[in-house]
Amino acid sequence: MRYLLENPGDVLELALEHIQLVGIAIVAATLIGVPLGIICTRVRWLEAPVLNLTGILYTVPSLALFAMLIPYTGLGSTTAIIALTVYSLLAITRNTVAGIDSVPPATLDAAQGMGMTGAQRLLFVELPLALPVMIAGIRIAVVASIGIGVIAVVIGAGGLGQLIFDGIQRLDADRIVAGAIAASVLALATDWLLRRLGELMRRDLRTAGGKG
Amino acid sequence: MMLGGDPWDFVDYIRDNQETFYELLRQHLELVGLSVLLGILIALPLAILANRLQALAKPLNWLANIGQTIPNLAVLGLALPYLGIGFRPALFALTILAILPIFLNTYVGIREADRAVVDAAHGMGTSSSQLLLLVELPLASPVIYAGIRTAIIQNIGLATLAAYIGAGGFGDWILQGLAMVSPPILFAGAVSVAVLAMLTEIILGRLRYLVIPAGLRIDSKR
Repeated sequence: MRYLLENPGDVLELALEHIQLVGIAIVAATLIGVPLGIICTRVRWLEAPVLNLTGILYTVPSLALFAMLIPYTGLGSTTAIIALTVYSLLAITRNTVAGIDSVPPATLDAAQGMGMTGAQRLLFVELPLALPVMIAGIRIAVVASIGIGVIAVVIGAGGLGQLIFDGIQRLDADRIVAGAIAASVLALATDWLLRRLGELMRRDLRTAGGKG
Repeated sequence: MMLGGDPWDFVDYIRDNQETFYELLRQHLELVGLSVLLGILIALPLAILANRLQALAKPLNWLANIGQTIPNLAVLGLALPYLGIGFRPALFALTILAILPIFLNTYVGIREADRAVVDAAHGMGTSSSQLLLLVELPLASPVIYAGIRTAIIQNIGLATLAAYIGAGGFGDWILQGLAMVSPPILFAGAVSVAVLAMLTEIILGRLRYLVIPAGLRIDSKR
């Protein structure tokens, strides 16, 4: 704890670096994963191979994925961001599919009866109703990425892993604890924030339904 | 971009260093196998206890959930100052990290066991231990299996990191590859452990049907 209390500035700086790594990766994974999920619900035979492939990629140990990218994308944050994006794809794609699948058929029939086109149905009915489940997927991806992002330090990507790595090399438990607490708090805080966001959306959907 | 050759020369590197390959594989499997076994031995009784004593359930779940947000690298690192370098601290850290998913899944699996079936068993006059062994654990077995599967895959990855605290395994080649700026050695370690993880995942996925009791199988086949 001492290190954390004596060097709050350093820890904060590394935390911001960490947030940047994870943030970019999550945005990238969302931009790829959501369309991929939508395509899977439209072209049904794609679902099994896409989800199996992202699932298998998810099992590759992070250190191994980092290592395999190094000869192509070098040491540093680019490699880390690519790896974190790959890991986040599974949760985001899977939950997009699950969210769209959970829309009640009666609602879809009603939308069709109102004369909505396929694109309108997707944008105004399916995606809004799927949003809480999709946000749950993003939440899982964010928490996992904060943990995996710690390991990115070994390829020189910085972040909170720096404290833990320095601690290991200097046999300084205090630094390791500081890094562990900071990463854990960061994960718990974002988890809580995204959970609230998901609840808020669910409530919004309910009241909107009541008024209509 | 790197010195020291084409990463795809790793095939030759592994062929030229077969003895080391098998040694690293043995170290890797030993770490994963032992830690998951110990994890099961500790987590199963704890989860059963937590289901029986509600006073224990809350703090244990809270601990397991918080524990999952603590970076794995930190758990490995913290074992180092107290247990030194090598196999023992790595086994200790991997065991702790295996306990978490197995505990959480077993706890939830037993708690969510179909109440109607449990009530029926009660009505038939089963004792508490019969209820656990013949009803609750079989009903929870798919969820428990999923927890063990998560722990195994997770620990294959963690055992790679364990090279940083001198415990061997395929992480050794990755560290060597990084230090010597040699893509073939880097790839030899990375590809070996990636293939190990993917193969294990596929095998565990197939084996799932063996663990699920026959009575539950009809549901899972959609």
